[in-house]
Amino acid sequence: MDGMVQAPARAGAAAVGIRGLRKDFGGPSVLQGIDLDIPAGQFLAVVGRSGCGKSTLLRLIAGLDRPSAGTLALQAGPERLAPEAAVRLMFQEPRLLPWSSIRGNVEVGLARDTPAALREARAQAALAEVGLADRAAEWPSVLSGGQKQRVALARALVSRPRLLVLDEPLGALDALTRIGMQALVEEVWRAEGFTAVLVTHDVGEAVALADRVILLERGRVAMDLAIDLPRPRRRGDAALAGFEARILERLLAGER
Amino acid sequence: MSGAVLPQAGLAAPAARRAGLAWRGLGRSALPWLLPALLLLAWQAGSMAGWIEEEVLPAPSAVLAAGWDLAQSGELLRNIEVSAWRALAGFAIGGGLGLGFGVLTGLSRLGERLLDSSVQMLRNIPHLALIPLVILWFGIDEAAKLFLVALGSFFPVYVNTMHGVRSVDPQLVEMGRAYGMDAPRLFRRIVLPGALPSIFVGLRYGLGIMWLTLIVAETIAANSGIGYMAMHAREFMLVDVVVFSILVYALLGKLADSLARLLERLCLSWNPAYRSA
Ligand SMILES: Nc1ncnc2c1ncn2[C@@H]1O[C@H](COP(=O)(O)OP(=O)(O)O)[C@@H](O)[C@H]1O
Ligand SMILES: [Mg+2]
Repeated sequence: MDGMVQAPARAGAAAVGIRGLRKDFGGPSVLQGIDLDIPAGQFLAVVGRSGCGKSTLLRLIAGLDRPSAGTLALQAGPERLAPEAAVRLMFQEPRLLPWSSIRGNVEVGLARDTPAALREARAQAALAEVGLADRAAEWPSVLSGGQKQRVALARALVSRPRLLVLDEPLGALDALTRIGMQALVEEVWRAEGFTAVLVTHDVGEAVALADRVILLERGRVAMDLAIDLPRPRRRGDAALAGFEARILERLLAGER
Repeated sequence: MSGAVLPQAGLAAPAARRAGLAWRGLGRSALPWLLPALLLLAWQAGSMAGWIEEEVLPAPSAVLAAGWDLAQSGELLRNIEVSAWRALAGFAIGGGLGLGFGVLTGLSRLGERLLDSSVQMLRNIPHLALIPLVILWFGIDEAAKLFLVALGSFFPVYVNTMHGVRSVDPQLVEMGRAYGMDAPRLFRRIVLPGALPSIFVGLRYGLGIMWLTLIVAETIAANSGIGYMAMHAREFMLVDVVVFSILVYALLGKLADSLARLLERLCLSWNPAYRSA
């Protein structure tokens, strides 16, 4: 079954269409005209140096901010989607509510109209997916950093989002935990078939996980690269290292 | 801090050692009471030996006897009821307003600009300084006591609530928004629980000021309540009743604080800082 380049898109996965997207915060534009199409079910990684507008782009896609100009559309087939229901976000920090149990935190991710009878079972299933089913009743403060981030992933997945947006979610984890989390993210993405947009400062992570890597520079897409390698990918693979080198080279060239 | 012993260690330990541990646990919980008990004994002994004059400070046994008489006549319970009602009603008004205004100024910049500097200005007037004015306004009516207690307990609750709401983690609020929480839900699930530790600080401060205010108000301007009981006894040189009244105040104050602490521990059990029993 391995050897396919891209997981089959789930029926409801969201496609993202971005045209002439600009954003400023009163000063110079942070994003200056982004055109980007993300097909349904694609795993897209966004790299770029700090402050280039990666988080800003994600916040716009997630509907947390309004664009200054341009358009942004989420679609599942012909159906237009509202970001509140279709998109889930994972932050660099777990951002768990310390006063809610682990299961309570996962339930935060459920849609408001989920029947009460289903809430617990759905949260429990999402926790099982990230391997924390037996911790449901505990407080978040007893978990390690990696475990907290897994709860945050369960919270993002529990409503079966059509688009999952991840803003450097693994940046604060130690190397070993990070590799485990990368495998988990890839696994749930392949199982669920949602569209994924991952911002990362780790180019190795980007090429290991993504179907496609874009590089943001001065508010524009400076590089758009398809990583057409079979999965699962082995770290240290020569082809992978080749992609990584090309992206790094471009990144460093942009610095000058 | 729970003193939990690993199961294996528990099995291996001889019964005698476990008994020793139990004794030590008891000793540790009794330790805070050692000094007060010794003091009480010294006081009783001093009075019995005649070193402490009865008109200055009656013996603990005499104080207890006076308390017993008051309890028998029903006077004690009636006065405690009156004082407790004043304390609670005044605190409910003042603390409730403090909570409401604190949330308002904590949440909205407009509310803060409108209210906060005025409140801070008023806060600098010691509320007990208003007693003459309050007596002019309300006489020595119930309203006078309620007003003073409410005023005194308003400020600590207000200041700490505002601070608590302000210091809620903005990242959590952003998370709530991103996960589709509307304003009431955001308040209930994130802002209020986040502000709660600080609100409890205000609550306990407010309770302290509540008793202090009530004592002063009842001593100066009342014809019922514990403070009145003490002042009335003073006119008849009943030192034992005066001392007993002070004791009742101390016990009521301690009781209120213990209840607040219990509530705090129940509500904040998620917080590792409050978890140890
Ligand atoms: N809310 C905001 N107000 C003002 N400036 C902002 C805001 N958010 C981001 N910026 C600015 O936009 C730029 C890009 O930020 P960001 O998207 O967070 O970068 P990245 O995630 O790539 O590191 C930065 O210069 C930052 O200062
Ligand atoms: Mg960022």
